[in-house]
Amino acid sequence: MDKRTLVYYFDLITVLTKKEIKVRYKNSALGYVWSIANPLMYAIIFYFVFKIIMKFNIKDYSLFLIAGLFPWQWISNSIVGSAGSFLSNASLIKKVVFPRFFLPLAQVLNDAFHFIVSIPVIVLFLIFYHKYPSFDWFVWLPLMLMPTFFIVYGFSLFVASVNMFFRDFQYLISLLMTLLFYLTPVFYDLSFVPEKYRHLVLINPFTPIITNWRELFINNTVNINNYLLSLVYSVVVLIFGFYVYRRLQVRFAEII
Amino acid sequence: MSGVAVKFENVRKIYYLYTNVGFKEMLLHPIKYRKEKRKRALLAVRDVSFEIKKGESFGFMGPNGSGKSTILGLIAGVLKPDGGSLYVNGKIAPLLELGAGFHQELTGRENIMLNSIILGMTRKEAEKKTEKIIEFSELGEFIDQPIRTYSSGMLARLGFSVAIHVEPEILIVDEILAVGDENFQKKCIDKMLSFKRSGITIVFVSHNIEQLRTICDRVAKMDKGSIVSIDSLD
Repeated sequence: MDKRTLVYYFDLITVLTKKEIKVRYKNSALGYVWSIANPLMYAIIFYFVFKIIMKFNIKDYSLFLIAGLFPWQWISNSIVGSAGSFLSNASLIKKVVFPRFFLPLAQVLNDAFHFIVSIPVIVLFLIFYHKYPSFDWFVWLPLMLMPTFFIVYGFSLFVASVNMFFRDFQYLISLLMTLLFYLTPVFYDLSFVPEKYRHLVLINPFTPIITNWRELFINNTVNINNYLLSLVYSVVVLIFGFYVYRRLQVRFAEII
Repeated sequence: MSGVAVKFENVRKIYYLYTNVGFKEMLLHPIKYRKEKRKRALLAVRDVSFEIKKGESFGFMGPNGSGKSTILGLIAGVLKPDGGSLYVNGKIAPLLELGAGFHQELTGRENIMLNSIILGMTRKEAEKKTEKIIEFSELGEFIDQPIRTYSSGMLARLGFSVAIHVEPEILIVDEILAVGDENFQKKCIDKMLSFKRSGITIVFVSHNIEQLRTICDRVAKMDKGSIVSIDSLD
């Protein structure tokens, strides 16, 4: 690939991502607030149900909740949202030759951006509980962003491509993501799950990622075994996503 | 092949009409699904052969559904042929449908940047051209308004202005000139003629025989996926 092509690809992905971000905030006075309102709302609900009513025994439960809900929001928004990445750009797909896998990529980067700008909110919660981020964050934040990005992008490519052929797929996916949310230790700890069912939660590719994000935010470290596992999961999912995309994209322009 | 911009040899394109065959059918009636799929195959382009020389202006005319747009899609590279071989040589710019690839909430100026880059310019190249594009579009102060406030004619101006500034070697025009007021249409035709003079290959689809006559050297008449005749216009 020559230098101009690389510059071009960089410009293309930048302009597409910027478009997504801009469009989200156009005509909205509260902008940033909306992108954190959803996970915060969930945090309040779960806090009320599990801490106040059910008397869960987890230390600093509100911090525990948002440390898992914020990264989950990225995962879930991107994968469910990617269903429309190709469909909503029908006219481009029909007329212009350009790397179409950039369309869901822009969606994923948009949600990644919103996740990153929501991290200061987590820091505020930390400070409230007299905890402070350490310098390890500079190392682990990028290292954690990588497998999260890979796995989200892999699934997004898959969902966006399959949804071109079966429009029902988007409903199935949002259903599955709801199911997966409860099978991921977001509002509970893995140790709560009875031995008998633990494999169900462990086989879920999002489990090591979410538990490690929480580990990083709250304890300034990550579990290395989980990290390696999440790397494996994410690379497999990314390859799978690209494989499905490559098989299906040939006919995109004629079925849309 | 240096003098040839586009060459089709027995190119065939089949569409499968997927729309009514959903996930449900595939899961519940896999055998019926396969049969249905074959039955719904539609031959959109039937073994078409033609050659467009570099710098030539080549038109397509014919009734709706005769395969004109499919041929443009094949030239642009968004569609892949199911048979035969095709050869395209040169940087392509398609004139998009009204507002294709534009985003309603972004301003004209923001859409120029977005569209220019999608059509193949780098950011630097696009920045250099933005003022020229705005000037050509004659949109004046509207350029900083969101394009959802634009009329269809204004959208056509914006789209056309971006596409012709891509500096294509092959310009693909698909019935776009049906919109926009007379003045702007004339301006577009003039621009295409000046492209023609500077040696750019133009592939033009239109129902308007006058426009075809003004711009094209040769015109292919199409019907039911085949080329019926290719006539020279002088």
